[in-house]
Amino acid sequence: MELYCLSGHPTLPCNVLKFKSTTIMLDCGLDMTSTLNFLPLPLVQSPRLSNLPGWSLKDGSAFLDKELKECSGHVFVDSVPEFCLPETELIDLSTVDVILISNYHCMMALPYITEHTGFTGTVYATEPTVQIGRLLMEELVNFIERVPKAQSASLWKNKDIQRLLPSPLKDAVEVSTWRRCYTMQEVNSALSKIQLVGYSQKIELFGAVQVTPLSSGYALGSSNWIIQSHYEKVSYVSGSSLLTTHPQPMDQASLKNSDVLILTGLTQIPTANPDGMVGEFCSNLALTVRNGGNVLVPCYPSGVIYDLLECLYQYIDSAGLSNIPFYFISPVANSSLEFSQIFAEWLCHNKQTKVYLPEPPFPHAELIQTNKLKHYPSLHGDFSSDFRQPCVVFTGHPSLRFGDVVHFMELWGKSSLNTVIFTEPDFSYLEALAPYQPLAMKCIYCPIDTRLNFIQVSKLLKEVQPLHVVCPEQYTQPPPAQSHRMDLMIDCQPPAMSYRRAEVLALPFKRRYEKIEIMPELADALVPMEIKPGISLATVSAVLHTKDNKHVLQPPPRPAQPSGGKKRKRASEDIPDCKVLKPLLSGSIPVEQFVQTLEKHGFSDIKVEDTAKGHIVLLQEAETLIQIEEDSTHIICDNDEMLRVRLRDLVLKFLQKF
Amino acid sequence: MPEIRVTPLGAGQDVGRSCILVSIAGKNVMLDCGMHMGFNDDRRFPDFSYITRNGRLTDFLDCVIISHFHLDHCGALPYFSEMVGYDGPIYMTHPTQAICPILLEDYRKIAVDKKGEANFFTSQMIKDCMKKVVAVHLHQTVQVDDELEIKAYYAGHVLGAAMFQIKVGSESVVYTGDYNMTPDRHLGAAWIDKCRPNLLITESTYATTIRDSKRCRERDFLKKVHEAVERGGKVLIPVFALGRAQELCILLETFWERMNLKAPIYFSTGLTEKANHYYKLFITWTNQKIRKTFVQRNMFEFKHIKAFDRAFADNPGPMVVFATPGMLHAGQSLQIFRKWAGNEKNMVIMPGYCVQGTVGHKILSGQRKLEMEGRQVLEVKMQVEYMSFSAHADAKGIMQLVGQAEPESVLLVHGEAKKMEFLKQKIEQELRVSCYMPANGETVTLPTSPSIPVGVSLGLLKREMAQGLLPDAKKPRLLHGTLIMKDSNFRLVSSEQALKELGLAEHQLRFTCRVHLHDPRKEQETALRVYSHLKSVLKDHCVQHLPDGSVTVESILIQAAAHSEDPGTKVLLVSWTYQDEELGSYLTSLLKKGLPQAPS
Repeated sequence: MELYCLSGHPTLPCNVLKFKSTTIMLDCGLDMTSTLNFLPLPLVQSPRLSNLPGWSLKDGSAFLDKELKECSGHVFVDSVPEFCLPETELIDLSTVDVILISNYHCMMALPYITEHTGFTGTVYATEPTVQIGRLLMEELVNFIERVPKAQSASLWKNKDIQRLLPSPLKDAVEVSTWRRCYTMQEVNSALSKIQLVGYSQKIELFGAVQVTPLSSGYALGSSNWIIQSHYEKVSYVSGSSLLTTHPQPMDQASLKNSDVLILTGLTQIPTANPDGMVGEFCSNLALTVRNGGNVLVPCYPSGVIYDLLECLYQYIDSAGLSNIPFYFISPVANSSLEFSQIFAEWLCHNKQTKVYLPEPPFPHAELIQTNKLKHYPSLHGDFSSDFRQPCVVFTGHPSLRFGDVVHFMELWGKSSLNTVIFTEPDFSYLEALAPYQPLAMKCIYCPIDTRLNFIQVSKLLKEVQPLHVVCPEQYTQPPPAQSHRMDLMIDCQPPAMSYRRAEVLALPFKRRYEKIEIMPELADALVPMEIKPGISLATVSAVLHTKDNKHVLQPPPRPAQPSGGKKRKRASEDIPDCKVLKPLLSGSIPVEQFVQTLEKHGFSDIKVEDTAKGHIVLLQEAETLIQIEEDSTHIICDNDEMLRVRLRDLVLKFLQKF
Repeated sequence: MPEIRVTPLGAGQDVGRSCILVSIAGKNVMLDCGMHMGFNDDRRFPDFSYITRNGRLTDFLDCVIISHFHLDHCGALPYFSEMVGYDGPIYMTHPTQAICPILLEDYRKIAVDKKGEANFFTSQMIKDCMKKVVAVHLHQTVQVDDELEIKAYYAGHVLGAAMFQIKVGSESVVYTGDYNMTPDRHLGAAWIDKCRPNLLITESTYATTIRDSKRCRERDFLKKVHEAVERGGKVLIPVFALGRAQELCILLETFWERMNLKAPIYFSTGLTEKANHYYKLFITWTNQKIRKTFVQRNMFEFKHIKAFDRAFADNPGPMVVFATPGMLHAGQSLQIFRKWAGNEKNMVIMPGYCVQGTVGHKILSGQRKLEMEGRQVLEVKMQVEYMSFSAHADAKGIMQLVGQAEPESVLLVHGEAKKMEFLKQKIEQELRVSCYMPANGETVTLPTSPSIPVGVSLGLLKREMAQGLLPDAKKPRLLHGTLIMKDSNFRLVSSEQALKELGLAEHQLRFTCRVHLHDPRKEQETALRVYSHLKSVLKDHCVQHLPDGSVTVESILIQAAAHSEDPGTKVLLVSWTYQDEELGSYLTSLLKKGLPQAPS
């Protein structure tokens, strides 16, 4: 059993598990941090961005100045942004049977895999994952396609040139495999390959393996996966949370008794407490607005934004913000808000209870009804006429490289009254801000990452007791910036096996058993005997049938009835099939009783001699000699089949068959 | 012999108070817990004394499953759990869990407040009962205990309606509840995988009906409503608050919109808006089209349909009123019916099945003079129309579902005996599946023969599988091994491994037979002749001539020795172990026949 590791990003994993006869891809994460190396895509021509100076090498040669621009000491690629895909060369992806998706953030590379690698299998995901994943993809495609960029830079990717560039460009990995965004057509085709599943649904793969999604508590429809056969169990944990936010709580109990637990998607900010961050978010927001400034919240269109809106719903009146407009701008804003209300079954208990009343589970319905929250597909159109300042704007993309957020950064960046608050943990906020420097607006960093931290992980591992833990290498040492924090790594026994991008890991597994079904007719015919107290044995001779990876034992066919002399003769002439197995024998033969038995069966003239290891029984009349030792019996006789069989049966009476 | 036992406490050759007991592999499950609309006495609830005379419900039952929120499937639940006493788990889907208590409360109000019944369950009992409910997702495998598992499938009958698979080991039963095999305007079609249960328990309301296309019925319905309204008549459509009501509302709403009609449409009871709200929040349970477009336009927000007030019934001019309940047995629909029945311009459209004893059933069977309370006789002059919109599978649909699930046998419930008889024959003849239709209290016993799962050591299995790949497919390969049974752990291993695990030594049994052969030549030459003879006869076997002069066939050893007395005779010593007995004994008989003349 092997694990092929195709992504180096611990929270955007992409691994392939070979288990029994199946090839299973676990998640399909897309590393979008690569876009931080690119210049932002402004919605309207930005004089500042277009007037950035070209970058030239130390020796003054400026042949790259069309591709690379410099801004406040950082160098950016002036081109359509590109993403870092999972490895496609490590394993032939057309052999992947199924892809299991754990949450909507971990499926963003799906179109690259399903549309361009010869993949012909099925993708499994929950309904909220698919619906919200579609929204995330739609938004991404929309952001990139609505600002067509003529230039596509490739010169800088040349290995010899890349070496000469300043970091982080110099250190960017696999730049030659970076790809532009997919199209909506590819998204639709990829999503059509998804089969919807529910939590705790058992899905059979080719009769060999069963996979089951479990609630992971991190997002709407987010799941961990169990991959198991009858005797082996692998748990795949990806993006889980033990905090009480809107999703259904994490199912921990079902992860017990795993042979291997693959652990990915832990919090990216292990030192930040999400609750504290939410508090800081609210107070900073209130402070800015009270001072007449605007607040910009770069965010994804689904996920933490629901919790933020809920906090604000409770907070705005007490903070005296009732008259401040909240804008949510995204091509999928409306859909995201609507969809969040219809997944009652995937929500935490409190929210489910509301639906039973029936009331919408999220209070943003009320915010919309009371006109406190307004949503727009983009800042063109209705928004420009409704727009009032000061205000709070939620919009994407959190990388600050594309989407409406670029416009607001340009618009509000020059005033120190305004604040940008970073809540999404996926991008380094300093790197995200780099192309906007120098910047007068305040920047607050309140990353809210509800995924497991290391304390929770160690508790979880103690609870579910996996035999082995496998995780990305980043989790087996403290973060580089906090190398003294030995508590910020996974601590378990035996030590976790770690993987890195493009590695193949042999998982410590020894398969010993397989399930087989004994047909009732055969079971009835078995004769168990008790060998030791509580342990019974039965010898089984049966016909093995294997179909669709299921094994069944059926009773052996009855021996053909000998009918008619001619047939019998032929039967005896048939060369026997030496593969018909006879049972093994065990036990020992008590000589005295054996001799008595011989006598009872009409043998006379029996002589017994002692030898070093046992006895020799002589049947003088029959010229037969039987050597009996502790572990063996040897019958030496003339070629008299009748006699031999008689003696054999008498010997077998004293032995047990296996 | 293991067996599955099924006893309907209700819905056996009858429609109403669905309640079916199933015993499977030692587990007892109760399917549905409904009330009967046709009775007002003890007979309205299932007879739970069938269980309680042998002990408490909680001890006997492992779980209760409710298929959907209709009262004939869940109406007796608070009585069962709070008054008779059951504390085990009750399983239902999320929408059922949400809507069920509302309908129960409605039912309670009519029974206690309107009819003044005593000794009925209370509001608190409904709440306490609902606390015992565990909600299930579609397709989720719910582990009731270590052995018993249940799984819900989409049934398409009403919002949240589900079919349930009940499984213990390799034995399983599927209970359909009520289901619909054709998608309608708001719900999708029932679906189940080829799960091959031992038994499929299916409803059979429309066992003898093959319905025409839905489109025709819809057109017919709209035409009739339109005509009545055109001539200034009032149209009463008795419905249940949730289900058909929403489907017909969508239908009329779009028709009114298209035809630009002005006659008012009303929906009685305060439940309307609430009911529609459930549909909005549980939109993932509706059909594909509604789910796809709900962001742009929610189909459950109606423009033309307004809330009804009691006083409107006397308003002049045409109108359409949806009123509850659906069988005209009580409440607002019956009140309106009494008001409008005398006018032949008016029309009542019954869109669903009516249970015997209800006013709905009476007028549908042609009765035009109805005896009401207080000896009053009501003459029905209004037009009475029947239109099957109720979302049950018809005969074709039932056959289709049986075909999908491929059960070993079928058991019919929730239907009339005569119609069941017809369907039973059809199933037995066309599908060649045995079919049962027990009456209430009657038990059907089905023997099962579950296979026994054991763990086979991979070494043993692979050895056999490798042999199985040989081209000789006609001779079945025998797998030989030892089954070790320790507690409930069964393992099949090779005999060698079994001996080793139990710390036992193998006892070798060996035979050596002397075969006398007339051959004056030297021993070595005899051995060589034996070798070439065997080599030519035993083409499929490994025959070897060893340097020490002995011959082996597989593991059987043959040595030639001189005869102590007769130099013209050689003695062949053929030696084999018990495990090679067949071949050893064959070789001795072969050699006994002598060797072919050597080419000199």
